[in-house]
Amino acid sequence: MQQISLLLVSLPDGILLGFVYGLAAMGLTLIWGVMNVINLSHGPIIALGMFGTFYLFTRTGLNPYAGLIPVAIVGLLLGILIYTVAVHRVINAPHLSSLLATFSVNMIIIGLGTAAFTTSPYNVDFAAGSFKLGSITLLGTRLIAALVAMLFTGGLYLFLFRTRPGKFIRAVANNRAAAELMGIPSTRILALSFGLGTMLAAVSGALIATFFPFSILAGGSYELKSFVIGVLGGLGNPIGALFGGLILGMLEGVIPAFMESSWVPVIEFGLFVVILLVRPSGLFGAKQ
Amino acid sequence: MEEASMKRSLSSILTLLVLLGLILSACAPAAPTEAPGAPAPTEAPVEEQPAVTEAPAMSEETVVIGFTTSLTGAQEVSSKRQVAGFNLWMDQINDAGGIKLSDGTVVKFSAQTYDDESAKERVQELYTRLITEDNADFLISPYSSGLAAAASIIAEQNGKVMITAGAAEDDAYKTGNTSLFQLYTPGSQYLLSTVDMLKTLDPEAKIAVVHENDKFSTSVVEGLKPYLESQGYEVVLEEGYASETTDFGPVINKIVESGATVLLGGGHYPDGSTFARQLYERQAGLKFISLLVAPADSKFPELGDAALGISTSSQWELAATHTKEEADALGKPWFGPTGEEFAAAYEAATSEKPTYHVAGGYMTGLVLQKAIEDADSVDPEKVKAALEAMDIFAFYGGVKFDTSPEAHGLQIGHQMVVAQWQKDDAGELVRRVIWPADVANADPLYPVPEPE
Repeated sequence: MQQISLLLVSLPDGILLGFVYGLAAMGLTLIWGVMNVINLSHGPIIALGMFGTFYLFTRTGLNPYAGLIPVAIVGLLLGILIYTVAVHRVINAPHLSSLLATFSVNMIIIGLGTAAFTTSPYNVDFAAGSFKLGSITLLGTRLIAALVAMLFTGGLYLFLFRTRPGKFIRAVANNRAAAELMGIPSTRILALSFGLGTMLAAVSGALIATFFPFSILAGGSYELKSFVIGVLGGLGNPIGALFGGLILGMLEGVIPAFMESSWVPVIEFGLFVVILLVRPSGLFGAKQ
Repeated sequence: MEEASMKRSLSSILTLLVLLGLILSACAPAAPTEAPGAPAPTEAPVEEQPAVTEAPAMSEETVVIGFTTSLTGAQEVSSKRQVAGFNLWMDQINDAGGIKLSDGTVVKFSAQTYDDESAKERVQELYTRLITEDNADFLISPYSSGLAAAASIIAEQNGKVMITAGAAEDDAYKTGNTSLFQLYTPGSQYLLSTVDMLKTLDPEAKIAVVHENDKFSTSVVEGLKPYLESQGYEVVLEEGYASETTDFGPVINKIVESGATVLLGGGHYPDGSTFARQLYERQAGLKFISLLVAPADSKFPELGDAALGISTSSQWELAATHTKEEADALGKPWFGPTGEEFAAAYEAATSEKPTYHVAGGYMTGLVLQKAIEDADSVDPEKVKAALEAMDIFAFYGGVKFDTSPEAHGLQIGHQMVVAQWQKDDAGELVRRVIWPADVANADPLYPVPEPE
């Protein structure tokens, strides 16, 4: 009985967190879907998003949610820069080349970040209150983060399906050669897609910073979660990533009700292997 | 065409890798780093000698002390403080002209240190290097029980004396090691004073024991559980969490559901500060919270009101610093500066107030100094014998090592205090000593105030 009650209390928390995990994973899976590149610099970019919120909040007093706009813009531009410098020339090479290229970017960001910020934990001392629903406590920061994640998901959906550049992205993801024959500037579209992917990573980091402490190394764990979510939702399927995030968030809420919380990563990554073995295209279908 | 493109890609990757290598080599400490603040060995002070003297000729010997620092990674905060304390001692002893032995040798000190990145694998590699390549004469452990345990294997294998600071776990001293000497009160006794205090405040409290799953915190809990039982307390929840946990929501829900009124546990700085913040945000409704390590750091008040009421077991607090009078009453020899002198010197050097990690680092040097003075030699075997015979009292408290084969090197002379974050008259957060009653400078805040 106590477990059921604990489950009811923990589940909403997990779901709210799942939206943010989903947003982070959406960036990773968008890049994979469009250009078949596994972006290993995803984690440090999430961490940079966290630092973006921290410095905007502590130095300028900017509300962390207003701060999402500059963080998103910088994330987009950073992604385009990374694509241009490190990814574009290896885009047609075997996967290992792009993997190494993004891993190099990962190491550069971590190295420079460690020199600039050290690896001490940082905190954004910001609270948005809490709401009690019976025995359930919902933190304002998580509630707003989930709403923002939903907004970004909706925005991404509209962008991909209702705008011209979005349609170009889908066309390039579908068949790059055919898209080029139709006059679509594939290089610019690839750069834009990479930029959008990093923008989503940076924004998710900025949201996470409002409720968890972080360091320049903090993005690593969210990157790993993004891989699990990507596989759950189907790599290359950004909307599936959101559902994958929700599943992971729920698991993180539910598992501790029945066993020690240190079992959470064991079960998460066990699930990762099972999905890869049983349904490699993910629960919601990968990009064909 | 495709081949040309591939060649171009390959050359780009190689260029990128070379660039990466250059940047990483610029960022990483490629060469051994002198401990920050450590002065270069100086010439022996020239003393005026009488024309005809029988005094032994002066010669200078520089003792190399090797250790790693967690400049990066999970242990960074406390490790840097420990090393800062050690450096202060080394600066002071070198500036004072070193230790003068009876044969006329002046012993000075230099430190050899590397960044261990808070990783056990790096620790083992670097301690091997410190011993075999840098010829360190004595070793100091890295910060944290896990890293110290990794280093202790290398020290023991090579027969090097290692003073373990910032490493409270008990087990390393119960496996037949003979070269390790522990400075901190062992982990198994960490929270016993807190339980003694609780007994006076709330004998009916329901206890939740929630701790990091690491060597140190587990050893604390192993000592705590039988003591709680012996004191008649009911443990309504016992839970471990992974060191990298950032979301304590599910754990806090469990604590609330268990009906616990008191939380004892935590681990190190990153998890402990996060735990405290989330307990506050979720209004867990606990009457008392004691967390390991994190609340003892001067960064802890950065949490704001979430820090209020959080208590910790501390190896040393300036407000309850030990005194010569105490030593005299116990019939133990006093050694070193007073707590106020130590704190003033540290503040002058760093503009920060010292924490117990700083005091531990400083005390490591002081213990080594005392052992060399007692041994009247820097010979490792003689210094080791002096450490085994040591029974002193300093601002940090008592230092005495177990010499039995069952627990060689375990600290048996040092007592801890309980400190709690409270607000002063100006509303500023201050850490006050609340137990033992005879050294406390404030009453415990019990129950801790509810968040507004």
